[in-house]
Amino acid sequence: MRYLPLTSDDRAAMLATIGASSIDDLFVDVPAEARLDGPIAGLPNHASELAVERHMGALARRSRAAGEGPFFLGAGAYRHHVPASVDHLIQRGEFLTAYTPYQPEIAQGTLQMLFEFQSQVARLLGTDVANASMYDGSTACWEAIVMARRITKRAKALLSTGLHPHYRSVARTMAKYTGDILVDGDPSLDAGTDWAALADSIDKETSCVVVQYPDILGRIDDMTKLAEACQAAGALLIAVVTEPVALGLIKSPGEMGADIVVGEGQSLGVGLQFGGPYVGLFACKTKYVRQMPGRLCGETVDANGKRGFVLTLSTREQHIRREKATSNICTNSGLCALAFSIHMTLLGEAGLRQLAAINHSRAKAAAAELAKVPGVSVLNNSFFNEFTLLLPTTARPVIHKLAEKDILGGVSLGRLYPDNTGLENGLVVAVTETVTEADIAAFAAALKEVLA
Amino acid sequence: MTALNRAGWRPEMNVAGGADDNVTFTGNRALMLEEPLIFEIGGSETTGVDFDEAAPAADLGSLARTAPIGLPGLSESETVRHYTRLSRQNYAIDLGLFPLGSCTMKHNPRLNEKVARMPGFADVHPLQPQETVQGAYAVIHELAEWLITLTGMDSVAMSPKAGAHGELCGILCIKAALEARGEDRRVILVPESAHGTNPATAAFAGFTVEDIPATEEGRVNLEALKARLGPDVAGVMITNPNTCGLFERDMKAISDAVHAAGGYVYCDGANFNAIVGRVRPGDLGVDAMHINLHKTFSTPHGGGGPGSGPVVLSAALTPFAPLPFVTKQGDSFRLIEEENAGEDHPQTFGRMTAFHGQMGMFTRALTYILSHGADGLKQVAEDAVLNANYVLRSLTDVLDAPFAASGPCMHEALFSDKGLAEGFSTLDIAKGLIDEGYHPMTVYFPLVVHGAMLVEPTETESKAVLDQFIGALRSIAMRAKNGDPALKTAPHFAPRARLDETLAARKPVLAWEG
Repeated sequence: MRYLPLTSDDRAAMLATIGASSIDDLFVDVPAEARLDGPIAGLPNHASELAVERHMGALARRSRAAGEGPFFLGAGAYRHHVPASVDHLIQRGEFLTAYTPYQPEIAQGTLQMLFEFQSQVARLLGTDVANASMYDGSTACWEAIVMARRITKRAKALLSTGLHPHYRSVARTMAKYTGDILVDGDPSLDAGTDWAALADSIDKETSCVVVQYPDILGRIDDMTKLAEACQAAGALLIAVVTEPVALGLIKSPGEMGADIVVGEGQSLGVGLQFGGPYVGLFACKTKYVRQMPGRLCGETVDANGKRGFVLTLSTREQHIRREKATSNICTNSGLCALAFSIHMTLLGEAGLRQLAAINHSRAKAAAAELAKVPGVSVLNNSFFNEFTLLLPTTARPVIHKLAEKDILGGVSLGRLYPDNTGLENGLVVAVTETVTEADIAAFAAALKEVLA
Repeated sequence: MTALNRAGWRPEMNVAGGADDNVTFTGNRALMLEEPLIFEIGGSETTGVDFDEAAPAADLGSLARTAPIGLPGLSESETVRHYTRLSRQNYAIDLGLFPLGSCTMKHNPRLNEKVARMPGFADVHPLQPQETVQGAYAVIHELAEWLITLTGMDSVAMSPKAGAHGELCGILCIKAALEARGEDRRVILVPESAHGTNPATAAFAGFTVEDIPATEEGRVNLEALKARLGPDVAGVMITNPNTCGLFERDMKAISDAVHAAGGYVYCDGANFNAIVGRVRPGDLGVDAMHINLHKTFSTPHGGGGPGSGPVVLSAALTPFAPLPFVTKQGDSFRLIEEENAGEDHPQTFGRMTAFHGQMGMFTRALTYILSHGADGLKQVAEDAVLNANYVLRSLTDVLDAPFAASGPCMHEALFSDKGLAEGFSTLDIAKGLIDEGYHPMTVYFPLVVHGAMLVEPTETESKAVLDQFIGALRSIAMRAKNGDPALKTAPHFAPRARLDETLAARKPVLAWEG
């Protein structure tokens, strides 16, 4: 077998060195009732590279790739162009096949990259510090809520109705078992956010307020007043960013006073990948750094005085603190963080601003075009590259009919909020730089046909 | 003159430079190249990406981001060079043996990478209409079937994002099952030798954690465990093969005792590589076990993730598995998520993450599994165990192996620092190995062994590689026993000497401040 280098002669010689007569001797501690005589029945045996590639290729062709036609889905995962050099660099074996940098003398590549990543993320989100990444945005969001509980010693979190419903679900799942109290709900089809009402709901039991920016319906708003209200009440403002490209154009949550900013970094470098692996962003004010979950990379010097980097403040983490750790997380999303960081480095500030501006302008053009379809209107009075369309009918069947015309026309609110019939006419549409004018025209024409 | 490269040689170092001082002007040493931070070489106007149109004007009023962000850009050529240079400061499996115990650093086949990049897997949105993503569902379903069959379990939850997230999934299933039974059991028992994630996970989910003592031979003390079981115990978390590298001989008896007392058995599957294809955890009474796809099934570790931690479940815990998951109906696949769970999966404990889990890892793991097949996976376990025992028995004359008398080891060989010269420690041996061109083994874990050194060679190493490694480790062990002072300052030939971790923690610098 192509991945197994031992020969029969090697195996015999090694068994002799060990003093075992057969390989079975090495498995004597397995209880007799659990020992298998041969390969597990009913499963195929090994296969050539050609055969496996053929099989997997056939499966891959059973899905419609986003790039095959007009594509307008977002709702927490965005299709952006990823420069070719990103994928080349993350496939360098020294990055791809390295482990967590526990031996810093021979892991400076990963460590310096993480330091750069943390610095880029902190600047993008407008905060002081960021960690070396989390699994994804949804789990980062829950960890931020737990962190706010640790800091404020209060357990009630107010979730904006504009928070991604999957993120809300993750928080609900966990809160059931941790005793945290969540105040949440479905969004209303309003042009603006629910943030003013949230500010009025803060009380002395409130640990944090969680808002998404841009939110699930694509709305953007100024969170300065909400941050002030949180601060006045001793609560923390947690901002969730699922589309980091937006922050090349609109103010960062940190600039508006958010205490903890988490997000999904998938937009930069990572690609859609059917939902994972992605890269959770986690950033906060310096004063809270010792309550952060996850890995942190820090600068130091070596024995010769040369600058170097190490994983640090690990007394927060499970391998040291065990049941008293800030989280059970034992990894980060290293390779996706690398992809994010490379893409961000390629863009730079000027490139990011230009990319964001193009996204916004393309989305405005699409919104204007789609609003011309009879019966269709745009909910938002503000958005970045994603907005909500109100259709004259239930959106879910429309999505399937559009797919039959080879147009992937967004995410229906019915898919996201299946129990809420009040939202069923809503359709969330994302428009990135990958969308062409022809795509927009095709979408508008098909929508018109489907609704006719 | 200000040297661009702060990391390397600087004028204020007050050395002449040149070969005599072993110092160069650049700080470089031939192929060992220093590299500044992007913040030192990039510019806010520089970019490595071209666009087809100029930035259109936007009218966002006070929400417009006007202040400088401080994000440096590099041209593509500079970017490629920056990250290529950084990459060369990393050790990696592609360079050599990476014997980190409990981490299973095996070869990462490149076919996996090629398959994961097929557009039907890589360029697919998680919320696309179901009829347009049947291939993606097919991969999830096919991998799930393999994992269920290989473990002899009832079902598998695919969405957990990593091993520790999988632990959380299993523990939440146990919580939900107890809740369904109307029982409020608060205690999870965990052996002292467990991975730190086990107690952290149990605590994260609101359980109280208590230690299970070990026997002198490095296994769970069955009698002590039985004595502690009772109506307050929700379950146990046991790693098998355990972190001392041993198979828990009494695993079935442990499971039977825990079940008889009304509890559940969580198995930490981090070490599944030792038994895959040879032993099915389902035959040992396990109720839940996570499988690190990045360990047993060769998905790349990527310098620290992403992982992927599907959790196989017993029939007792299956009703509580998280959303979403894929079912097969005839030739097509269907997603069970929030909207249809009420009908099809009413007792689910809920959702653990947005979307479906680590699809990019599923494609790689399935590719790996299909490449090996049932016969190849059995051979994987056998060669992994053979390699570990070969290392163990080849070094017991120079290194203390505390459990050498406890029987064969499984996938990893455990040594201690007993017998080293005064003032010499496991850390010195680890750093000495770096100079010999190896990544060190896992050190100071498990905590139950003083100065632990846990060596996991994996099955993808040849005998020749192991023989050279054994020779190198033997040489370093002898130096540590003889008190060679040069070992105290190792590594001497790495891109960096020992780093000041105390300074890093005392005065944290976590972001570029220039």
